Formats: sequence, structure tokens, C-alpha cells
Amino acid sequence: MTEIAAPRRASIAPRRIPWPIVPFAIMLAVLVAMTVFAPYVAPLDPNQQNLLARLKPPGHVARGVTYLLGSDELGRDVLSRVIYGARVSLSVAFASVVLSGIFGSLLGMVAAFYRGWIEIIIMRIVDIVLSIPAILLAIITVAVVGPSLYTVVIVLAFTRWPRYARVAYGQTLSVANMPYVRLSRFMGAGWPRLLGRHILPNIAGPLIVVATLEFGLMVLFEAGLSFLGLGVQPPTSSWGAMLSVGRNYVATAWWIATFPGLALFLLVLSINLIGDYTRDRLDPRSR
Amino acid sequence: MSRNVLTVEDLKVTIHGQPVVDGVGFHVAEGEILSVVGESGCGKSMTAFAVMGLLPAVARLESGSIRLGDVDLTTLAEKKRRKLRGDDIAMIFQEPVASLNPLMKVGRQIEESLIVHRNLDSAETRRVAIAMLEEVGIPEPALRFEQYPFELSGGMCQRAMIAMALICRPKLLIADEPTTALDVTIQAQILELMKRLRDTTGTTILLITHDMGVVADMADRVAVMYAGRIIEEAPVDAIFTRQEHPYARLLLSTIPRLDGTPKTVLPTIEGTVPDIGEWPAGCRFNPRCPLADRQCVERHPPLAPRADAGAAACWHSDKVGAML
Repeated sequence: MTEIAAPRRASIAPRRIPWPIVPFAIMLAVLVAMTVFAPYVAPLDPNQQNLLARLKPPGHVARGVTYLLGSDELGRDVLSRVIYGARVSLSVAFASVVLSGIFGSLLGMVAAFYRGWIEIIIMRIVDIVLSIPAILLAIITVAVVGPSLYTVVIVLAFTRWPRYARVAYGQTLSVANMPYVRLSRFMGAGWPRLLGRHILPNIAGPLIVVATLEFGLMVLFEAGLSFLGLGVQPPTSSWGAMLSVGRNYVATAWWIATFPGLALFLLVLSINLIGDYTRDRLDPRSR
Repeated sequence: MSRNVLTVEDLKVTIHGQPVVDGVGFHVAEGEILSVVGESGCGKSMTAFAVMGLLPAVARLESGSIRLGDVDLTTLAEKKRRKLRGDDIAMIFQEPVASLNPLMKVGRQIEESLIVHRNLDSAETRRVAIAMLEEVGIPEPALRFEQYPFELSGGMCQRAMIAMALICRPKLLIADEPTTALDVTIQAQILELMKRLRDTTGTTILLITHDMGVVADMADRVAVMYAGRIIEEAPVDAIFTRQEHPYARLLLSTIPRLDGTPKTVLPTIEGTVPDIGEWPAGCRFNPRCPLADRQCVERHPPLAPRADAGAAACWHSDKVGAML
């Protein structure tokens, strides 16, 4: 045994999360938990109508049932609908971020890795897709195949993948010239190994940052599409659809539109702040 | 004479139509260390990339043959050529730290060639990789196997890179300035390691460098390159005692000598290496050469046998000795 102690794995002390992030992280965690456990958390059935308890203010009690956040125009519990609505918002946002993220990152990496005509074709398609207005495409798609959650996910994934493609493209260009990628190539590694083992892990940071920021945007997009009636169809609740209906009653029953709007605001705010924080952590230039 | 592991003949590489390697030919015998020396931009790295079959995208292989044993690499399909890389030919670079993936354990990177080229189970792969780490002189190899590159020093990274290159027991190792980024102590250790591995494994080494100290220490034979051509080639002892090309002569005279008079001005070679595309007609060294005459400007001298061993490309090779 040598006298000199070999360096053990350097302990990477978890850096303390700055205090302004903490409440938002907790809020996001609560929202996600609410989404997952909606049937246990929601006080009432979100689609259960009670025409005798229409447009009741928050805290209203009717026949032993408390409407904590009031009831809507069909006497449904606003709180339960907000909770179930989160399910729609988060799952649509999650699915579209995953789809567009995988698709866009892959194409961006391939474009930068192979260069030449593959690069030209992929990056020009990126330019074309970026010029397509998402809302317009959504209206056309809904007109053709009919409104559904799947349509929303497909439309969002299709219009948003170029953002990942551009980031992946730029990052891959710089990483592909790193000596370790060259060395691996000189050792006979093929493209799946080069892309998967050497390039992807080294460009994952910026892609994760884009994904978190996109996630917030996707929540808003879904709400917007549902607000326009292009997304979730009644009676399924979605924050966007609730805002759309609540708009008609905003003078007499403010709570119908206010609470889903507030939930939307808080969710997007926490995601964006956490996304910013992630970028600060992962981007070596901002350390 | 033992057989040649690598034979390069009349190699021509161009970048945007401008030659960067222009008719280079050499051979390396089994177990030999051939050192290719020359200033930056003389085409020595480009020659190495051509041998690996991985020229930069802007460069083009115009002509020439590169044979590994009896296999002509230039006509080999890319798929077959890729199988040779890391298995029969391996390369190490001058940036040891940047040459390791920062997000991958050192051991995993050393195993990589084995995974690509050999079909071993994971326990066996790991055992071979740890043995290789030990062979290149890394203490506590099993511990280092699990570490990340940032936990290793520069010298240790270079050892790890040598382990990566040698794990499949390649016939030929190309070392492109392997010690340039290291301090002299580590440099000596790495050179010692490479020599030892050559002796134990019989690996042939093509050593690219601009450091004459490294050449004197390591090489069996030396090829001096200038502006895309080999201008003199000879066994290491022969070239250090006598040069038949003025560039080689001047290059070696610029090295300070321990037995020289202190505080004398070191000789220099006037002018700079001509840029690619601005190579002069005739002998490319003629604008800087004290011996140049009309013949040198008009016709390029062929590589002719030296008086003892090797070859030199100069019209006035008999006058070089008396030049300084």
C-alpha cells in the first residue's frame, strides 16, 4: 500500500437551491402530485352537474357539499375542474415536449454530424417549419381531423421541434470537433456510438434547458388552443377551455375564469423560473 | 531486414486544390520508431490523418498508396477501413485532457475499442482494460477505472489515452506530438513508457513531432519534412552526425548545445515556411537556402541516396557539410 492516499471520488456537494426558487419548486411538485393523484385530491366529480348550485361563489355550501372555489355555469365544482384540468395541461405539454425534443435533437445532431447535403436539407426544413404559425396549423389540422388531445400534441410537436434542432445542431457542431470525439472515431467507433455516447451527453445540458422553457410555453399553447375550442372538448376540463367559458361570466361569476387563470400563471411561472435556474446551473459560462 | 508494417508511396493530399502533402513516401519496419519532424504546416499531421483515413472534410487524397502490411488502405472500403482503426492502427494526440470525454468514466473509454472490435463479455472487457491501465503505469488501476477524466492529471490522461490506443494491440501506433502539452518530467515518463511498450508489445510507432530532443531520445529513423515533402530521411544516429540537406543541417544547428560556447547567438533559419499554395518552384527551400543556385530554382531535386544510409533531396548535398 502506498502512503499517498489516492484521491477518492470527489464529493460533489449538492449546491444549495437559492431561496427564491424553493416556493416555486414546491408549487410545481404540488401541482404535479395533484395531477397524478387527481381522483383522490379532487373533492367532487369534475363533470358532475348540479343545476341548483349554478354560478355559486367560493365557499358555497349546498346540500352538504362545499364548493371551495365556487361552481360554474352548470353547477360543477371549479376546484375539481382546475385539478383535472391540470392533468390535461401537464400531459399535453409533457408529451409534446418529449416528442418534439427527441425528434428535433436527433435531426439537429444528424445535420451537424454529417454536414453536406443532409445538413442543408434538414436545416432548411427547420427554417420552413419555423415560419409556419402554430395556431393557423392547429386550425387547419382540427378542421381536417377533428379536435382532440392527440391533435394538439401532434401539432405542438410538429411546430416546436425546430427549436431543439437548432440548439442540438449548434452544440453538436462544436462538440463534434472536440478531440475526444475525434479520438473515438480514430479508434474505430461508428456513428451510433459517437452520437449516443460522446456527443449527446455533452450537449444534453442546453437541450434540457430548452425543454424546460418550452414546457411552460406548451402549457400556454394548449390553454390557447383549448380556449379557441381547438383542443380538449367538453365536458373534459382544461384550463384554457375553462377560461374560454368563464370569460362570459367574468362580471357576475369571476371565480370561473380567475382560478384556472391563476393556476396557469403559477404553473408557467414556476416552470420558467426553474428553467432559468437550470440554465444557470448547466451553462458553464454563467457559473 | 524485417518486413514493413506501413508503406506510404507518393502520397498527395490537397486542400481546395492546393497541395499540402506532395509526393511523400516512407516505410516503417516492424517494431521500429520512425519520427517525422518538421515545422508547423509542413504536412506531417496531414500525412498521419491520411494514413488513418480520416482527413478533414476540406482535404482530399489525390494519389498515392498507403499499405498496412500487404493491404492497400486507399482502395479499401470505408467499412473495412473502420474495422482497422483502433484495432490494427491507433492514434494518440497532443491534447491528453481534451481527448477524454469529460462525462464518461476513464475505464469506459478505454474499453471502447474492445467493445467495438472484440466480442468479449463485460467482465472480461473490464479485466483487460484494468490490466491495460496497469500496463501504462497508472497506480490503483481498478480505482482509476471508475474515475472521470477531471480527476486525473495531464500525464495520467496521456497514459490513459495510450492505454486506449494500445488495448487492441495495434500493429501501428501513430503518435501526433504526444508530449507537447506535458511538462518535461511527465514528458520523459511518457516517452519512456512508449519505448517500453514498443519493446514489450512490438508495436511499430510513427512519431510525429517538432521536438529534436524527443527525436534523439526515441526514434530509430528520422524523416524530415519541409513544405509537403520529405527532404531527408536517415537512421537517427546518421542524421544527427551528418546532414545532406541544408534545411536539416540548419534545423539541427539551431538546437543549443551543452558543449557550445555560452552566451553565443544561436543560429536561426532566415525567413519563414512558405504558406500552402505559395510554395516556390524547384526546391521549396531555395528562398531560404544559402546554397541555392539556378538549378535549385528550376528543378526540384529528387530524393537520392545519402553517402551512408538514408536519402536526401538536395542538388548540393556534398556541400552541405561545409555550409556553416
